[in-house]
Amino acid sequence: MEKVNITIDTRKIQVPADYTVLEAAKFANIAIPTLCFLKDINEIGACRMCVVEIQGARSLQAACVYPVSEGLVIWTQSPAVREARKITLELILSNHDKKCLTCVRSRNCELQKLAEDLNIQSTMFEGERRKFELDNFSPSVIRDQNKCVLCRRCVSMCKKVQTVAVIDTMDRGFKTVVSPAFNRSLMDVPCTMCGQCITVCPTGALREKDETDKVWEALTNKDLHVVVQTAPAVRVALGEEFGMPIGTRVTSNMIASLRRLGFEKVFDTDTAADLTIMEEGTELLDRIKNGGKLPLITSCSPGWIKFCEHYFPEFIDNLSTCKSPHEMMGTILKTYYAEKMGIDPKKIFVVSIMPCTAKKFESKRPELSFAGNVDVDVVLTTRELARMIREAGIDFAYLPERYYDNPFGEATGAGVIFGATGGVMEAALRTVAEILEGKSIDEIEYKQVRGVEGIKEATVTAGGIEIKAAVAHGLGNARKLLEKIKKGKAEYHFVEIMGCPGGCVNGGGQPIQPSSVRSWIDVREERAKAIYEEDKDLPIRKSHENPAIKMLYKDYFDKPGSHKAHELLHTHYVKRENYPCVKEK
Amino acid sequence: MQIVRSHVLICGGTGCTSSNSPKVIEEFKVQLNLNKIQDEVKIVQTGCHGLCAEGPIVVIYPEGSMYTMVKVEDVKEIVDEHLIKGRIVKRLLAGDKDVQDFTKSLDNVEFFKKQHRIALRNCGVINPENIDEYIAYDGYKALGTVLTTMKPHDVIDTLKISGLRGRGGGGFPTGLKWEFAAKQKANQKYVCCNADEGDPGAFMDRSVLEGDPHSVIEAMAIAGYAIGSNQGFIYVRAEYPIAVKRLNIAIKQAEEYGMLGKNIFGTDFDFNLEIRLGAGAFVCGEETALMTSIEGFRGEPRPRPPFPAVKGLWQKPTILNNVETYANIPVIFLKGADWFAGIGTEKSKGTKVFAVGGKINNTGLVEVPMGTTLREIVYDIGGGIPGGKKFKAAQTGGPSGGCIPVSELDIPIDYDNLIKIGSMMGSGGLIVMDEDNCMVDIAKFFLEFTVDESCGKCPPCRIGTKRMLEILERITGGKGEESDIEKLELLAKNIKAAALCGLGQTAPNPVLSTLKYFRDEYDAHVKDKRCPAGVCKSMMHFIISAERCKTCGICAKNCPVDCIAGEKGVPYVIDQEKCIKCGVCMEKCPFKAIFKNA
Repeated sequence: MEKVNITIDTRKIQVPADYTVLEAAKFANIAIPTLCFLKDINEIGACRMCVVEIQGARSLQAACVYPVSEGLVIWTQSPAVREARKITLELILSNHDKKCLTCVRSRNCELQKLAEDLNIQSTMFEGERRKFELDNFSPSVIRDQNKCVLCRRCVSMCKKVQTVAVIDTMDRGFKTVVSPAFNRSLMDVPCTMCGQCITVCPTGALREKDETDKVWEALTNKDLHVVVQTAPAVRVALGEEFGMPIGTRVTSNMIASLRRLGFEKVFDTDTAADLTIMEEGTELLDRIKNGGKLPLITSCSPGWIKFCEHYFPEFIDNLSTCKSPHEMMGTILKTYYAEKMGIDPKKIFVVSIMPCTAKKFESKRPELSFAGNVDVDVVLTTRELARMIREAGIDFAYLPERYYDNPFGEATGAGVIFGATGGVMEAALRTVAEILEGKSIDEIEYKQVRGVEGIKEATVTAGGIEIKAAVAHGLGNARKLLEKIKKGKAEYHFVEIMGCPGGCVNGGGQPIQPSSVRSWIDVREERAKAIYEEDKDLPIRKSHENPAIKMLYKDYFDKPGSHKAHELLHTHYVKRENYPCVKEK
Repeated sequence: MQIVRSHVLICGGTGCTSSNSPKVIEEFKVQLNLNKIQDEVKIVQTGCHGLCAEGPIVVIYPEGSMYTMVKVEDVKEIVDEHLIKGRIVKRLLAGDKDVQDFTKSLDNVEFFKKQHRIALRNCGVINPENIDEYIAYDGYKALGTVLTTMKPHDVIDTLKISGLRGRGGGGFPTGLKWEFAAKQKANQKYVCCNADEGDPGAFMDRSVLEGDPHSVIEAMAIAGYAIGSNQGFIYVRAEYPIAVKRLNIAIKQAEEYGMLGKNIFGTDFDFNLEIRLGAGAFVCGEETALMTSIEGFRGEPRPRPPFPAVKGLWQKPTILNNVETYANIPVIFLKGADWFAGIGTEKSKGTKVFAVGGKINNTGLVEVPMGTTLREIVYDIGGGIPGGKKFKAAQTGGPSGGCIPVSELDIPIDYDNLIKIGSMMGSGGLIVMDEDNCMVDIAKFFLEFTVDESCGKCPPCRIGTKRMLEILERITGGKGEESDIEKLELLAKNIKAAALCGLGQTAPNPVLSTLKYFRDEYDAHVKDKRCPAGVCKSMMHFIISAERCKTCGICAKNCPVDCIAGEKGVPYVIDQEKCIKCGVCMEKCPFKAIFKNA
């Protein structure tokens, strides 16, 4: 890239010609406050917090969108700039509820941080404040417009990245709101509940539905046998909630914390992921060999499933009928495990710690239950678990080494990598290739399906059969891939789709990194790195070699795809209306 | 070709249409038929004459008699007297009715004397729905000349020499704008016409579209040739149904005549034009918001740079000019750039159309050379202020502009002078205020408009203007504090500096200019809790003079909230708590015993 010479706060620097002033300032280690800016996702110059003085320009300019050019002279800290930023921030605060003490985002709020950084000690321009009722009808996402600063990061995420577009700006001027159409609840629009809006919200205006109370209550109920399972992506992100670097593996600390919280058993959803591979792999081979509907598309990601049901119902028959891993775990805990332990399944209370908000919705799907017992009782996000750990006063960083409980604590590397985009595909290929070859294969790292590229493809030949695979992450990429398949421009046998960009490591329930971090560091990659390290460290890396899985089939399910397996481990899907008629509230 | 002895031109602009001109046209047809002279006299529905307050307007040629406020009942008399007997109907004539040579009444009307109609040249003269009439007035001759004898850069040079500046607000040199776009290399470029006239009270663009749509089409085709574009869009608000209808007709006719479409004038230049209807948001007059709206999104501005000439509509090089700018362009090519540059002031060439309204006798559209003084517009053309009241200020530039006080009445109006005195040209709205207007109230009025029309994208405009309005409401409500004026100034300064688009950046102007010229009025409201003009209700009260009260009780009978009490022989008293300050009592009192205490 061609370079240009610019002067920023009297410092002369050379930067690539396609930089914005904000990028140039970052390069020169000059901090410019931002609020609406989120790199590549929301670059609209709306919030005016990043204004700078540009020599020759009539008014102040937004650094996040102002392109550099040869000879540009920029002032990032002039009195006019400082005053304008402060006044703009005071104005934003004057229409904000300022209930920091009781806000779930306190200490992790970009607005609060700005107020602190810009030394706002009082607000001069109080006036009418817009007041809204809470939209808490969705089982996953709560919308609190009293805290909304109209930065539109959620809108861009929902519309541009996820191509779901159920929220947008409505009305104008002081009455502007970000809202679903017709002021409906998120529950009454085709929201996929992926929660990506939450992860980009700078304030507490969007948050998950907190269900920690239910878990606290269960933990104190002596009649209940409360067990917990944790998804693979939680262990590589939870540490961030306690100030650890992105990508720190905290598996042991997490297990130890869960024990201190009082769970009877701590199981690993990875085991169920291995079970999923057995069932899904069998389903794939069955469809390939017997002319079933192809491509087979993975069903682990409930945000993706809901997206498919709303927007691509013609692909419902392509979806794997496998329940998602934590739901499988829930089922076997309330059947096999209950029988084995001699506990009444009604007294088993299953908590899933997930990187996901859509799993909250998923766990409430009526079809995900057996014999009148819901598979999973409560889904908590990584963030909610962190809140419980803090509330219990557990010193997260300093805990004894702990391991998962048996029998469902035995996981393989294949189960772990479920947490990153391409992971389900890779895990499946590790098993399917061996089944087709009829022998053990040493080369098990399918690197072509790893990484953050939107759509990845791989062709694997084993046992004389060629398997064409594709991987998409983020619903926008999923849409692209499905359109391609629909138009006959691509043919695959097996497709993995994860609803969140980067997969579960970047799920809607994961710790929230502010724009100042995630704009410059690829959080998805950092967390995925930890996932693949975990995979490498594990002695067993193929699902079918997991002794717990072997035992399950021997003791209970007979073989993958058996009648019993179908009864307990598989499910079905429904076409969903996009804007069903609802009574006006 | 049909030869007729008389032409009856009846205004079909929005103003005259509202005052029933379509019925007048019908009646003329009926009366001509009754008298069997329908083949001798031709009725032409024209665009706006500008003198909208006096509509419906009927002009009869060859005499040039201008009849105003013509009612359906008057038509028979005009036909019988004027068209049959040749006697002019004096009572309906515009202007000074005592002049000797009333046959040329049009020229005697003061309203037109100082005007110089370039952009409005065909308005009120031709039938806008007939391309032949436009062609008869040299229409499409400029396009023909440009396409067959000039290179694109010659076109741009001509415009640069003419000194034409954008009539939409900022006054950016049009030739320069075209040059930027022409220099861009792209597989597609666009020419846009901003017909989203949003300033309250301004309607010159509507008048041009209604009265002379072909001049805009012709100019846009010239623009397309100059910058290398074959596609144009006219963004017009849906609230202008007549303009939209006539534009559609004009585009269709132009296509039929080969003035639009493929191989125009036999050259290899193609140009197509489409209309896009706006839903009426003020902000969509801002060029980037307009483009966003054309693209099908919520009409919101986007940051510049990149400027539209580089990345405009669908990220392609685009030029945007407003209707009045375009309307000037064909004439420049017909009469020459030097002719145009000879009109106006040093840096503002040509004429400007103003929509004059408020406290003025002749409300309507006037087109005057740049450099005309405000005094000439208000007193000579506008006929002064009704009731002989004193001029207090004039607001130019609508809600983005500022107030011009009496001390600046003689300043020659052009782009730069207006900026110098804290206002702006804007699109040419000109609202006159007299001694009865409260300037704080006026500032509040304009801010209410901006608050309502803010798109809501950036906080300085979305929240800042709202807070300014709240402060003004406090001040006019008698609850102002001295710190409020400082807060107003602080907010105004920073909204100007930090807002995203022109709408926000100029929104504080009415407050800043009234603060500059009428600070004493603000102080009176804040310190003395007094509205000097007697407008702000919270600070005035009505008092019944006990000496003058004849205890008739008429005031009490008329009071809508029953807050006046008294009885025969005992003077009436107003309960100030209950009084809503409507002023009915004062109006009704036969003895002038009730006073407004401001």
